[in-house]
Parts: sequence; structure tokens; C-alpha cells
Amino acid sequence: MDRLPLIFSTICFLLGFAYTMYTFGAGKHRWPRFNLVVMSLGFALQTWFLHLRGAALGRCPLTNFFEVLIFLAWSMVLLYLVVGTAYRLSLLGAFTSPFVFLLQVVALIAPIDTPARLLSRPDPWLEMHAALSIIAYGAFAMAGVAGVMYVAQERQLKSHHLSSIFYEMPPIMHLAVANKRLLWTGLILLTIGLSCGFLVQGPLNAYKIGWGIVMWFIYLGIVLARRIGPRRIALLSVAAFSLSITALWGLNFLVARTRL
Amino acid sequence: MNVLCLGVSHQTASVEIRERFAIPDTQLPVVTLEVGALPGVRETVIVSTCNRVEFYAASDNAPEALTALRSYLSDRFTSSTPPLPLDQKNEPFYTLSGPASIEHLFRVVSGLESMVLGETEILGQVKKAYAAAAGSGATSRLLNKLFQRAFNVAKEVRTRTNITRGSVSVGSVGVDLAEKIFGKLGRCHAMILGAGETSELTARALLSRGVRSIFVSNRSYDRAARLAAEMGGEAIHFDQWDQRFSDIDILISSTAAPHAIITPEKLAPVMKRRQERPLFVIDLAVPRDADPAINQLEGVYLYDIDALQAIANRGLEIRQREITQCEALIARHVDEFHGWLTSSPATPPLHHLPIASREA
Repeated sequence: MDRLPLIFSTICFLLGFAYTMYTFGAGKHRWPRFNLVVMSLGFALQTWFLHLRGAALGRCPLTNFFEVLIFLAWSMVLLYLVVGTAYRLSLLGAFTSPFVFLLQVVALIAPIDTPARLLSRPDPWLEMHAALSIIAYGAFAMAGVAGVMYVAQERQLKSHHLSSIFYEMPPIMHLAVANKRLLWTGLILLTIGLSCGFLVQGPLNAYKIGWGIVMWFIYLGIVLARRIGPRRIALLSVAAFSLSITALWGLNFLVARTRL
Repeated sequence: MNVLCLGVSHQTASVEIRERFAIPDTQLPVVTLEVGALPGVRETVIVSTCNRVEFYAASDNAPEALTALRSYLSDRFTSSTPPLPLDQKNEPFYTLSGPASIEHLFRVVSGLESMVLGETEILGQVKKAYAAAAGSGATSRLLNKLFQRAFNVAKEVRTRTNITRGSVSVGSVGVDLAEKIFGKLGRCHAMILGAGETSELTARALLSRGVRSIFVSNRSYDRAARLAAEMGGEAIHFDQWDQRFSDIDILISSTAAPHAIITPEKLAPVMKRRQERPLFVIDLAVPRDADPAINQLEGVYLYDIDALQAIANRGLEIRQREITQCEALIARHVDEFHGWLTSSPATPPLHHLPIASREA
């Protein structure tokens, strides 16, 4: 029953997805506020679901991969609402909603909402570590979305074949800046999240912490790399996020199966 | 009550004739009041731009108003030399009334009657003309409603169709692409290499969109200096232009060089120094100044004259395809407005109202 707000929020993102398809088909970003409205509504419903789940668990709802995916989707929408409006990247929503929709569909359909073994009392540092790390991955996901938009825009500019959607895309320099800022935002959040992990009283999953540190170095390398150009940064941000989400799923799968 | 339109435009008259009828902004309030006081004319708005001069009037006696308006124009605008005789056989005016005049106004504000199909500048010009007329007390219920509806129609046409999509001239394509690369151009520096006419026009268009500074380099330094002075830019000796590469964001090239002078060998080291700043190269020269291979360098976007022209042609095709949709949308609004007009009670003429009421 607690999934009802989640199902409705998924429908909101489906509407955003459908609007994106319509935008590409019609060649006109006709109602720029449409995505903002459906994503705000979807965000409110996601928040309601996470609140219900958190109240039922008595802790931050990050106890299995299902909740991790929903929290990740929530983080992405949160960052879109902050970054998309701040940088006037209205079309970022059009690119974000399909991704969030797919994340939530996978979460709802796949048999991953299995109860986890829980400590009797939640550790606030552990919750902080998990929540901030997932929000950081939300920022990395948004950097990946901005990266995809950058590559698409650059391809059109280089080839001189400007499709109708080209005229609705943000300037390519804005995308490069948004991409870099989202990477920095994610890295800072991940740094704080990992630091919180070291303050946890009980034992931590060494594999997850180890992988978190590996990802931290990868993203640090991307943001500090000199002379690699915004195109390579955009491609790397897509590749790094693909790697991180795959690894996150793999680790959760292994943890659930082998109780690592 | 009827809506009338009498005017000249680029479609009906040459610039020699249009300029005779153009009304400077300073004279617009006076002419508006004079036209508003003509027999049969109850309200009036005058639109005067470089491509059209149109008199819109609300009248309850169309023949009387049109005769008075023709006579007024004949007296006022044809007294100068050489005389321009106005009679119904050779007059450059078109006269429209009823739904045709309403449709014409809606088409004008939507850019369908513009020289550049779908351009949006006309909307601002008509808004300004309406504001001037309203400010002079020359409009009342009918023209107020008509022009407000016209502005809504223009907005709807812009948002619901692709009539403003793309650019239709080489210069505007260049400027639009620059904005798609850099966003606002306020921090961008541009360079003209070889002072040709199209490159100068493109540079002026960039300046009008806020480009921060312009460098001009030409084989003739005097010409470069003259052009730089006109545009508030800086002239550079032709043998030094490539030393300024790292300072510029947009390069407009149109030299008469027989071979490529902008090569990957020259640009590659510069692009490394520029790091994340792109370089937009507009090559208007034939034979081309830029080696096409520079487009392969990261951050370099090269457009030659054919590429720009192809985009402009596609823009025009898109706009032309939208005309039918625009016309259908306009027809619906014309019907609605004409329905309202025929069913609404008449209002007293403006010049029959006391001054206080007219000001209100």
C-alpha cells in the first residue's frame, strides 16, 4: 500500500517522458514549464513515499537496493529542481524524466524490495553516510544527463545538421559548466558522505566503502584533469556514472546473496 | 462599426515611395490626433516602420473615412517635391475593411507579412505604435480590443507554430549559432579577418547582440582602422592577426587569400591554451580561408558560407511550411473578433467625447 505514492510519481515521470518524446517529434519545446510541473509533483509523491517507508522502518529508507534506487531517483529530481532552474536548463528536465522513470520502473518491477537485516538502533552517522552518498550519486547522474546533452549538442554543431530540438537546447558552454558543477557537487557530497562513514560506530561493509573510495578517486581524477576538454569530461561523466550504478547494483546483489 | 486599414508596404511600394509616407516618432502623436479628428474616423492607430506605413481606424462610415484619409495623406505627404499624385488608379495604398483588415493586422503582428518571414521585431514596433496612439487618446474600445487581441494572436502564433524557428539569413544564422555555443555574447570577443560586406554585416549583428569587443584585420590597414573605428573596435595588422587567436571567441573570415590561412597546425596549439573555451569560425571566403580539418579539433566549430546558407534555407523552409497552420489559427481569431464586433453596441466617436473622457 505504501507504494501507491511511488506509482503515482512514476506516472508523473512517465508524463515527462511522453512529453520528451513529443518534444522530439514535434520539434518544439512548447510548454517549457510542463516538465517542471510534473517533476515537482513527482518529487512531492516520491518524498511522501520515502517518508512513509522511513516511518515504517524507523530509519532512513536505504536498507535495500529498491530503496537505494528510489532515493537515487529522488536525489536526481531534487538536483534538477535546484540546478535546472538555477541555470535555466529547462530541457534538462526533459532529459531527466525518462531516466528517473526508468529507474522507478526497474525498482517497482524487479524483485529487489527484500527486507534487510537491520541493527536494533540506527546509527545516525551510518544514515548520514548512506543518504549523502546516494545524493552524491544523484548529482553524478545529473552530470551524466548534462554530459549526454553536451555530446548531442556538440554532434549537431560539428556536423552542421541541426535538428529541430537543437534550437531548444541550452548553449553548449552552459552544458559544459553545468556538467562540471554537478561533478563538483557530487564529489563534495561524496567526500562528506564517506567521511561520515568513518565515524560509524559499528562494522561497515568494506566492499561498499572500498568501492565508494574508488569512485571518489575516479571522479576526483575527472574534475581535476587538465587539458582533456569538455567533450571528454562529458563522456567520462556518462561512463563513470554507468560504472557506478552497475557496481552499486552488483554490490547490493552480492551483499544480498552472500551476506558479504 | 468597421475596422479600416489603409497603408503602403514593401509588397506594394518601393522604398522611394515608402520613405515619403514614413512618419518619424516625434511627429507620430500629432499625426495620430489629426487622423483621429478626420470625418468618419472614431479611433486610430498608425504603424510606421521602414517596411510599412499603415493607418488603422475604427469607423462607422467607411467610405467617408477612407475619402478623408486619402485627402489628408494627399495634402500632407505629397506636397513635397517631386509631387506624388494620389488618385485611386495609381495610388500605392491598399485599403482593407471588415474581416480583411482584422486579418491583415493579425498577419502583420505575426510576421507573415514581413520581408523576413516570421521575424518578431514587427510585434514590438506595432506595440510601440499602439502605445503611442493610446497615449494620445486616439484609441477607444474597438481598437484597444483589436490590438490587444492582435498581440495575443502573435504570441499564440509564436508559441504554437514554428514560424520563428531557425534563421533565414547568413548573418543571423551566424549570430544564432554563436549564441548556441556561448550563450549570452557579452563576454565574447570577435575578430573580422578581411573586411568584406557580409563579414561586416555579421560583425554588426554580433555587436547588436552584445559582443564585448571586435578586432579588425585587413590587408589594407587603413580600411581595417576605419572599420574598427566605426564599430568601436581595434585594428590589427594583417601579419599579426594569428597572434590574437587566444583572445577571441568568434572569428569571421573573408579574405581574398588563394589558399587556407586558418589551419589545424596554427589552431591546435592555441586550442590547447584556451582549454575549455570554444572557438567559432565563420568562413565567408571563396576560396575558403579555413581548412575544413580544423572542425575536427575539439572546441572548434567551423561554418563556411555553404553551411550557413544551407541552414538559412532550411530555416526558411520550416517557416514556409508553418504558414498554413498560422493562417488557420489567425482565421479562427478573425472569426471570433468579427463575431464580437458585429454583436457589440456602437461607442460614441472619440472627438464627440469630452477631453477628460478621451484621456481616461
